[in-house]
Amino acid sequence: MNALPDKVMTLDKLPVGQTARIVAVDWAALVEEEALRLRALGVDVGSKLSVSHRGVFGGADPLALRVGRMTVALRRAHARAMQVMLLENGQ
Amino acid sequence: MSRWHKAALVGNPNAGKSALFNALTGARQKIANYPGVTVEKRAGRMILPNGAPIELTDLPGSYGLQTTSPDEEVTRKVILGELAGEPAPDVLVIVLDASNLEQHLVFAQEVIALGKPTVVALNMIDLAERDGLVLDPHALSNALGVPVIPTVAVRRRGLAELGEAIAQAEGHSGEAPHPRARLDMAERRMEAHAIADGVIISESAKHRLHSRMDDFLLHPWLGPVFLLGLLFVVFQAVFAWAAPLQDGLEGLVGLISDGVKAEMAPGLLRDFITDGVLAGVGAVVVFLPQIIILFFFILVLEATGYMARAAFLMDRMMAGVGLSGRSFIPLLSSFACAVPGIMATRSITDPKDRLTTILIAPLMTCSARLPVYAVIIAAFIPNRPVGLVGLQGLVLFGLYVFGIVGAMVVALILRRSVTKGAASGFIMEMPKYQLPRLRDLGLGLFQRGWIFLRRAGTIILQVNIVLWLLLNFPQAQKGQDQVDASFAGHIANGLAVALKPIGFNRDIALALIPSMMAREVAVSSLATTYAVAAGDEDTTAHQLSDQLKKHWSLPTALAFLAWFVFAPQCISTIAVTRRETNGWKWPAFMLAYLFALAYVFAGITYWSAIALGF
Repeated sequence: MNALPDKVMTLDKLPVGQTARIVAVDWAALVEEEALRLRALGVDVGSKLSVSHRGVFGGADPLALRVGRMTVALRRAHARAMQVMLLENGQ
Repeated sequence: MSRWHKAALVGNPNAGKSALFNALTGARQKIANYPGVTVEKRAGRMILPNGAPIELTDLPGSYGLQTTSPDEEVTRKVILGELAGEPAPDVLVIVLDASNLEQHLVFAQEVIALGKPTVVALNMIDLAERDGLVLDPHALSNALGVPVIPTVAVRRRGLAELGEAIAQAEGHSGEAPHPRARLDMAERRMEAHAIADGVIISESAKHRLHSRMDDFLLHPWLGPVFLLGLLFVVFQAVFAWAAPLQDGLEGLVGLISDGVKAEMAPGLLRDFITDGVLAGVGAVVVFLPQIIILFFFILVLEATGYMARAAFLMDRMMAGVGLSGRSFIPLLSSFACAVPGIMATRSITDPKDRLTTILIAPLMTCSARLPVYAVIIAAFIPNRPVGLVGLQGLVLFGLYVFGIVGAMVVALILRRSVTKGAASGFIMEMPKYQLPRLRDLGLGLFQRGWIFLRRAGTIILQVNIVLWLLLNFPQAQKGQDQVDASFAGHIANGLAVALKPIGFNRDIALALIPSMMAREVAVSSLATTYAVAAGDEDTTAHQLSDQLKKHWSLPTALAFLAWFVFAPQCISTIAVTRRETNGWKWPAFMLAYLFALAYVFAGITYWSAIALGF
């Protein structure tokens, strides 16, 4: 996999349109129901995703993610609990 | 057969279950709540190709049997046969969105593993084709080990085949289930990925329509502008388009009432029919136009998939008071009328969020407060300019802001006390854009209207009749005023003592009792009290304002305005809250906290005004 090893960041910092893979999630930082809901929506360690849109008012919150063929909205607080590794776009 | 066999539609949210349900059952549907929760139960009769009827249930959309919401809890319990009074379905029909297989197969595997008779509807196959996806249903059937029927609910494609498959599966319903090995979620996801890979024959890289639409509708500044324009239309429609229809309905009730008056001899029974029953019916039907118009927009927004985008755009603002973007539309609607606003909270999935939204909805200044505000402001606030605007308009605007700020503070406090809970967050799937189907829309509107008339209408009617009885009994002796003699008059005497500290006189206390029906009744009650001859609304208001100036001080008038910012004087709101929260606990809480706030703020206003020497 052509990962860029030095490019690991939290999901809330991921630029719009950049593809990345979730490498770690601090599940303890999330409420159990939220964690469950996120996993059910396919937002989990190993998922490949990109940020497609960000909220407008006050600090680019919430975020819209492309996960597979789905768009999932979540808040920045959730995204902050996730570490992503950048992938080269188009992979 | 002792009972009809049962089948249930199971699947992720946005799999097109409801459209499939409508297509399979037609208008033969029953809507109720599951016992003890406000989760809607939708059941209907479906005729199988062999002519046998089967009861079909549309279970709430779910992402898995590990549940995160009351909706999912109901789905899990029904599937497993754990819900009292709700026999487990004989056949499970899993509905999959053909263009989102990888995601939807995660839950589907969990359901299939239960080993019950199961059929899969590979739904919305046309949209998948539009997206350039070519699928192999046979490969899917082989991989899952259950029959797979491609369907397009909205075009009625594949329905007969699905019925056939359900009938066949039903034949196995007597057998013991053959549970399969249960995989955990990570394993199911890998498996789903592998199955989807095997089923997708080809996938063109066609740019999907909905991501282009998102680029516009979620655009940093075009998105909010579009939303604002749309909201303006919705608001205008609920506020203005409904008015002529409401007048028409009121006129119709008036005509019937006149007819009764002409036919019957004057007397208590006639008054009971016209002023008690018919006025009560009028009070119920007058809400129908607003409910139908608002729900027309809400159903369209939901069916097209835009509702999730609106929630996305507004989420940040609502998060400030501990709510999420989903609360925005119900609250905005409440500016026209809290009744449809509270009914619209059904689209809020988190129960704590939903309850908070219901509880603060009456603080949005609804259209029924306008006549009250208008009369008092016209009488007591001088019409002089303040900068570019008039003082009267400024006061009216201030009352709206007062309500909004009040609602925000109350929401913050409720979220930390009564409706405290895990942060609801805002995690939602944004569905694909779709054209709504007229038939589903019509059915939805009919169901909303009917629920309101049957559930809320009966309570409103009953309370109206009780109020009429209170105002008319005991009967006045000669030379005595009926209102003074009535129970209501006696209650007003007691109320006047309690309201004296906030500057209200007995006339106000008396007007507050009938205006429990609806706030605007306060104006006509005051007019009656001050013996203003009934004319058209303008002259009534004009004469009334002269009378008010004679009998009320300015601090009293200001206190009266503050009272109506909070006071929950609308029996319909209470009735709808009862219906939507499934009990009297929350409407009672709503009444108590709003009356307490009304009392406190009217008092503060009164004494501040006196201290300032008004």
